[in-house]
Amino acid sequence: MNAIHELGVLELAAAIGAKQTSSVEAAQHLLARAQQFASLGACLAFNEEATLAQARAADARIAAGERTPLLGVPLAHKDIFVTKDFPTTAGSKMLAGYQSPFDATVVQRLAAQGAVSLGKLNCDEFAMGSGNDNSAFGPVQNPWDVTRVPGGSSGGSAAAVAARLMPAATGTDTGGSIRQPASFTGITGIKPTYGRCSRYGMVAFASSLDQAGPMARNAADCAALLTAMAGPDIDRDSTSLDHPAEDYSAAIGRPREGATAARPLNGLRIGLPAEFFGAGCSPDVLSAVRAALAEYEKLGATLVDISLPRTELSIPVYYIIAPAEASSNLSRFDGVKFGHRAAKYVDLIDMYKKSRSEAFGPEVQRRIMIGTYVLSHGYYDAYYLKAQQIRRLIAQDFQSAFERCDLIAGPVAPTVAWKIGEKSDDPMANYLADIYTLSTSLAGLPGMSVPAGFGAGGMPVGLQLVGNYFKEGELLHAAHAFQQATDWHSRSPSGFGS
Amino acid sequence: MSLTLSDIGRIANLARLELTEPQSERMLSQLNGFFDTVEQMNAVDTTGVEPLAHPTAVIDHVSLRLRPDVASEPNNREANQKSAPAVERGLFLVPKVIE
Repeated sequence: MNAIHELGVLELAAAIGAKQTSSVEAAQHLLARAQQFASLGACLAFNEEATLAQARAADARIAAGERTPLLGVPLAHKDIFVTKDFPTTAGSKMLAGYQSPFDATVVQRLAAQGAVSLGKLNCDEFAMGSGNDNSAFGPVQNPWDVTRVPGGSSGGSAAAVAARLMPAATGTDTGGSIRQPASFTGITGIKPTYGRCSRYGMVAFASSLDQAGPMARNAADCAALLTAMAGPDIDRDSTSLDHPAEDYSAAIGRPREGATAARPLNGLRIGLPAEFFGAGCSPDVLSAVRAALAEYEKLGATLVDISLPRTELSIPVYYIIAPAEASSNLSRFDGVKFGHRAAKYVDLIDMYKKSRSEAFGPEVQRRIMIGTYVLSHGYYDAYYLKAQQIRRLIAQDFQSAFERCDLIAGPVAPTVAWKIGEKSDDPMANYLADIYTLSTSLAGLPGMSVPAGFGAGGMPVGLQLVGNYFKEGELLHAAHAFQQATDWHSRSPSGFGS
Repeated sequence: MSLTLSDIGRIANLARLELTEPQSERMLSQLNGFFDTVEQMNAVDTTGVEPLAHPTAVIDHVSLRLRPDVASEPNNREANQKSAPAVERGLFLVPKVIE
């Protein structure tokens, strides 16, 4: 058996199931490893006692003969999911020390399948950011080059999986926060269709966009995790879709009609939006993406030219809608029921203002200001309503595109990971870097990032795959077929491999 | 259209934020930079386009669900108040609101 930290989710579950190791041993090994690489800044909270209690329970289930694809496998949660066993901060000083009385549905569902929680992972404050440099608890380093960002907002999750601190982690994606950090760190991540995973217990950023998803080393592991995470949560999340849960592990193993051993993707039409391959994308990223697409052709797929004409508009539309919803969601932080309260104030209003100004970081305050303005009297129609109208046009563009193709592919981001601090002073530069992920989020479509090679500075490049609503199985299938033929997903950053 | 410093003050008040003068000035230039980009939305003809709130409503009708108005959660007052800044006898404490 390889070292425990070298194993992916399914490999580790198999090793535990075959009694080559135990859940307790795996958890102890990974906790020690997380401590060893604490300087990455990926992990925010541990609770060894709770972790080992969960691992012992998993070992007992195994001893009793039970086997599930996740039983006994340690993973950790983005600090956006509330957890009973660990504090939840959402990367904000506002929630420092906050202890949730309940577990998020996604956390609960993974635990029910026997996954063991190692702790909580760093992220941009309230999931607002593209470099994980907006966390109140410090930046996260990219294990491929510790002077660079891991992407954001699920940067701790991405760095932890890439550095082999754990086989998988949960993430959330509002405008690209799973796909972009997965791309920047050479791991695999999927954001399902909006409404697939329950938002119950996810600290809310933009409620009409937020979606949970898994981040792991490969598509097969993501499939097993998403099978556990997704499914209706009718009583607890009003936007959860009443659409039956699926077995994505079965979906990736099911051969396509017309498939052959050498051409497993025969008949698959992949659409390439012209707007994703223009001058805005740096040449190193484009060449890795094009090489990956050539591989897809070898596997039997056909490439089709398509257009998503409103791609550029997705930036203002997203950065109106997301801050508008954020300003409403974050109004609950008033220093009364939970969260930071200023030490000195003269009256109630002053207490609100001082508590919020002291505890929210600059990017969060900026988005609250944008959101408050666009929702204020006299501006609502010109901004929020207009953005929601264009949002429908953007979603319709995708539906027209899907008449000509089964999946859409392109880069995840215009560049590889940038240097820590390079964009922290320039909000617009951060917003523009989200151009290829925002439209998928606005349309609520499932999207993923699949390791596709390396670009400038030897940094990983991800291939983005986007499917139509509820086509997570098809997406994962196409990613899995690619990973059977390539080994980009199994490369590890030097110093973090075996 | 450009925001002014007094707009920043008005919005900050609505948002219940307190900005120092240098913070307000920075916010002003950043917000004006942002709203320059937003201008391109005006060129889009959205006459008769229904706003989209739940994304999958593009392909299918999504209705907001109602559930019976019954208590579904156990009384968990102590755990719920554990992270409150100020609590006394099970009540959240706030500064005096009514004289």
